[in-house]
Amino acid sequence: MKIVVCVSHVPDTAAKINIGSDGKTLDPIGVTFIVNPYDEFAVEEALKTKEKFGGETVAISLGGNANKETLRKVLAMGIDNAVLLKDDSYRDSFSVAKALAEEIKAQNAELVFFGKQSVDFDNSVVGQLTAEILGYNCISVVVSFSLEGNKITCEREIEGGKEIVETTLPALITAQKGLNDPRYASLKGIMTAKKKEIVEKQLAAANNSVEIISMKKPAPKQAGKILGTDSTAVPELVRLLREEAKVI
Amino acid sequence: MANKILVFIEQRNGKIKKSSLEALKAASDIAQKLSGSVEAVSIGNEIENLENVGGFGAGKVTHFKNADLESYSPSAYTDIIAKYSTENNINLFFFAASSMGKDLAPRVAVKTDSGLAMDCILLNCESNEIIATRPIYGGKALADVKINSSNKIFVLRPNVFNPGTPTDKKAEVSVVNVDSPNLSVKVVDIKKSDGKIDVAEADIIVSGGRGMKGPEHFRLVEDLAQVLGAASGASRAVVDAGWRPHSEQVGQTGKTVSPNLYVALGISGAIQHLAGMRSSKYIVAINKDKDAPIFQVADYGIAGDLFEIVPALIEEIKKIKS
Repeated sequence: MKIVVCVSHVPDTAAKINIGSDGKTLDPIGVTFIVNPYDEFAVEEALKTKEKFGGETVAISLGGNANKETLRKVLAMGIDNAVLLKDDSYRDSFSVAKALAEEIKAQNAELVFFGKQSVDFDNSVVGQLTAEILGYNCISVVVSFSLEGNKITCEREIEGGKEIVETTLPALITAQKGLNDPRYASLKGIMTAKKKEIVEKQLAAANNSVEIISMKKPAPKQAGKILGTDSTAVPELVRLLREEAKVI
Repeated sequence: MANKILVFIEQRNGKIKKSSLEALKAASDIAQKLSGSVEAVSIGNEIENLENVGGFGAGKVTHFKNADLESYSPSAYTDIIAKYSTENNINLFFFAASSMGKDLAPRVAVKTDSGLAMDCILLNCESNEIIATRPIYGGKALADVKINSSNKIFVLRPNVFNPGTPTDKKAEVSVVNVDSPNLSVKVVDIKKSDGKIDVAEADIIVSGGRGMKGPEHFRLVEDLAQVLGAASGASRAVVDAGWRPHSEQVGQTGKTVSPNLYVALGISGAIQHLAGMRSSKYIVAINKDKDAPIFQVADYGIAGDLFEIVPALIEEIKKIKS
């Protein structure tokens, strides 16, 4: 079985975010980039599925040369092959999905894993868009996955519980934290990954429908009052919550 | 050209979700500014009080009915909305960014060739165009976006838009029976987590961090949550340590929340946690380290031992509630 996993290269969650001088892009200075955290669960599930059923795993990432770092990391985890769809410029979710769908089709993948969202633009839609473009069945925000024959059963996280969802291959699954424990790359894996070729494909310019007009940092919150250092401050806290904030 | 706006009204167990009414009211406000009409669509079996969506601005609501559609089916719901909107020349769609809305909206976007703005927290109209503000980088920045395609979908973050007080207008309800829906992806069962409120939907959240010192002490978080009618939340550190389930995690790789009140117990305030809860209307922090970053975003703080303070707080709240 051919299994594709799509990975993005994003600012570390511990990074401070600053806006560039154009007022509508991230200022990358001093920002460390990592494999998108949700994509690690997607990679792990792809590897586990291959271990169980055999086949080939291919990672696809869309972005600039820097994304090779993320592709090397997932190759080191055990992914067989990697493709970089090259485009450094801004693409909205739809044009990302179109490019990924085209490559997934070219790969003839039966099963595709995504992270449920990239922690940069946080749209949490590229998986569903890609599936719909491909005509694949899709289950998003998945915390448990099982495949038997052609049939897929997943648990999908919803407000206050989980949905049990069934579908069939070909399918696209988006991974939520809790799906599995992603493995660490072995030393051997890291060495092998260094030697592997990353296939590069240059993309044509995107036709975006969503335009970013500006980016800003949220207004700084004014630090409030420290009411005390022990339980004698409790009555005053409760009074403020009732009378000033009116929230209880 | 007059806009034709369609709002998706989500039902769970036959009850309309509040977040859908928030989206409907926001859509009605947009319709007044941009000249347009607003209608609603809902999918399910029996749905209670659907005519009441009239009070939030929908002139009519179409109920697509089938016993198999009581629980969510992404494939069937997508097909129904896409077909209806194409036949009725809908050009603007509104959804709530609930777990269903976030799953469904992008699928509808492909079928209707619409641009998408997800998780919007503010909508403005400037020279006949909608400018949406949405958090990015887990809430560390905000982007103003504009959709340039002729069909557009706005998906609104729950708990942010005020649904206001409904008028007593009733919507005209038309029921359409659905024959053999496309159930290629289908929810077959729902496991509920024992009556707990979800952090993503709660008006009040009480969260615990590493300062709770161990999973056994989260009883204190739950007790405070209970007297406040709140959801229990957790920091990434305690979720990663296995003390609490991931469904409770607040922050950049958990849930981004905007409750009326957020109470942080023993949470120091890592940047990814602050990003996920800083838009709460009021924040209370109880932490023994007075220099913890959480106090920089807290409206009210007590810099002391939470094991002494929280039991007193529970008693004080019980007193005023009785």
